[in-house]
Amino acid sequence: MILDTLHLTKETLREEVEKMKSKGYRFVTITCLEIDEDFVELLYHFDKDLELIHYRMQVAKGTTMPSVSTIFFAAFLVENEIYDQFGIKFDDLVLDFGGTLYLDEDEEEVTSTPFCRYSVKRK
Amino acid sequence: MLKKLIEKSQIKSPWIVHYDCGSCNGCDIETLACLTPLYDVERFGVLNIGNPKHADVLLVTGTVNHRNKKVLKNIYDQMSDPKLIIAIGACGLSGGIFKEAYNVVGGVDKVIPVDVYVPGCPAKPEAIIDGVVEGLAKLGELQQQNKTDAIAS
Amino acid sequence: MSKTIIPFGPQHPVLPEPIHVSLTVEDEIVTEAVPAFGYVHRGLEKLAEKKDFNQMIQVVERVCGICSMIHAMCYCEGLETLMNVEVPRRAKLLRVIWSELHRIHSHLLWLGLYADAFGFESVFMQFWKIRERIMDINEATAGNRVIVSVNQVGGVRRDLSPSQLKWILDEITVVEKEMKSMESTMLNDYTVKKRTVGIGVLTREMAYELGASGPVLRASGIAQDMRQLKYEAFDELDFEPVVEQDGDCYARGVIRFRETMQSIDIVRQAISRLPQGDTFVKVKGKPEGEIVTRVEQPRGECLYYIKANKTKFLDRLRIRTPTFANIPPLAAMLPGIELADVPVVILSIDPCISCTER
Repeated sequence: MILDTLHLTKETLREEVEKMKSKGYRFVTITCLEIDEDFVELLYHFDKDLELIHYRMQVAKGTTMPSVSTIFFAAFLVENEIYDQFGIKFDDLVLDFGGTLYLDEDEEEVTSTPFCRYSVKRK
Repeated sequence: MLKKLIEKSQIKSPWIVHYDCGSCNGCDIETLACLTPLYDVERFGVLNIGNPKHADVLLVTGTVNHRNKKVLKNIYDQMSDPKLIIAIGACGLSGGIFKEAYNVVGGVDKVIPVDVYVPGCPAKPEAIIDGVVEGLAKLGELQQQNKTDAIAS
Repeated sequence: MSKTIIPFGPQHPVLPEPIHVSLTVEDEIVTEAVPAFGYVHRGLEKLAEKKDFNQMIQVVERVCGICSMIHAMCYCEGLETLMNVEVPRRAKLLRVIWSELHRIHSHLLWLGLYADAFGFESVFMQFWKIRERIMDINEATAGNRVIVSVNQVGGVRRDLSPSQLKWILDEITVVEKEMKSMESTMLNDYTVKKRTVGIGVLTREMAYELGASGPVLRASGIAQDMRQLKYEAFDELDFEPVVEQDGDCYARGVIRFRETMQSIDIVRQAISRLPQGDTFVKVKGKPEGEIVTRVEQPRGECLYYIKANKTKFLDRLRIRTPTFANIPPLAAMLPGIELADVPVVILSIDPCISCTER
């Protein structure tokens, strides 16, 4: 069983999200999962009248993504979380914790990405 | 005379401060349940307060992680001697089910010395009350020790 | 007037859990509130790589002790769909009974803490006294007061005997009666209204756009409840989402009070429709594929994303909990209110930090 998803790229992301907002959809969350050594997958979930719509996108590890938190304020928490756990950085975050949302700044962990099996150095 | 009064009242009416370190809430709500009508520890003179500087007993629930260990150490340092530390629940004892998780340091005793361990997942209110009563005997011993230390120095 | 920054938490008498909020205050008015997290983060989703999918049930139960049963229910439901397991009807209704009992005890707990936040301690004691009856039911039927580990992939571990069902009905009737006696205090009392009406207002548009969920969303006039998705046995149970229009702290209190009464009604319905039969089916094989499941927790909508690859260990488990969704509305609610109202507003979203950070 595979989720029905719509395709998305880094370039069309903001545009599509703006469109979803004007259609009256509500931002639910972003799921990040590791595919292999070099790639992660981002799933954007939107909801309207109990109906979920998922967008899928593959990005290379260490990429900087455009943030959707300027469109949906609610996204800032989950984008910070993904930076903590997978090292995907988001530009123009409304509230940037700089990789210390959960992880402590004094510990070594902050420089690693705990949710990746193949750890990447964060920039 | 005042000293004697304080010593006696510390045992007869211990003041408690509760800190949730990283538990799943199970132990927290059981600790709170101790204060409510069914268990009502206040009938034994046990009082829950928010200020660590006033407290004699520190109840800690949950696992210690890298960020809250500083807060825990801070609260411990703010309490005046003699003080009693009680770790509650499987997580507070050893890390419990979360022991293997990446952000978990382990039990409370990795950071501060613990006097009484209360097991259970979550620990029952009866067990927590029993732990506090057990601990009070130890608090008496600590008071004695402090006295002999003071005389020796 | 110069600005002052006041740290709130992580250890604070009002909060049972550690959350830190930096409040920028001008005079007595909060102008900015920045939350900080990480005091409860354990990295629980990552444990899916170390514990197999059956052991993970025990782990997800401990995401949050207060709604543990509903977490496990959501997780099991996802795996059952992936493995094409048809759960017996009796098991589905038993799950509903336990999950609604959990909702009652969670709301009672919150009503108590909420009263404590604005200094009404006798109400706190009263609600927690009522709550003990539900805890007794949990202990007698499942063996644990808080974490009732009744779920397994394919059904439930425990059954309820006819005498137990009768006893539960008796107990919830008493709970209902005791709740009714609290109604005038909670809904009409002068002190309660003085501290809650018009405080921390979240308009309908704001609530929707900021992604609020559960009672916070419904208090702002949007009738969205995940139980409308008809998961488990909710397809045959009668229920309407509880809605209030004002969007202030008072409305959020009323919502939870009315939902408690509604849950009592749902438990009654579920018990009256309980069929005879098995409580679980044997499950063979390993899960494969990916799925999103959603359930309604006492605090709101909970979303599980599960990806499995036909091995013992799940590929990815992602949990989006209701408080995670309610933090942005909270950050929007805080500016503009008085410092003394901050604890009441923070508690009004029913924050569950161990859910948020996992």
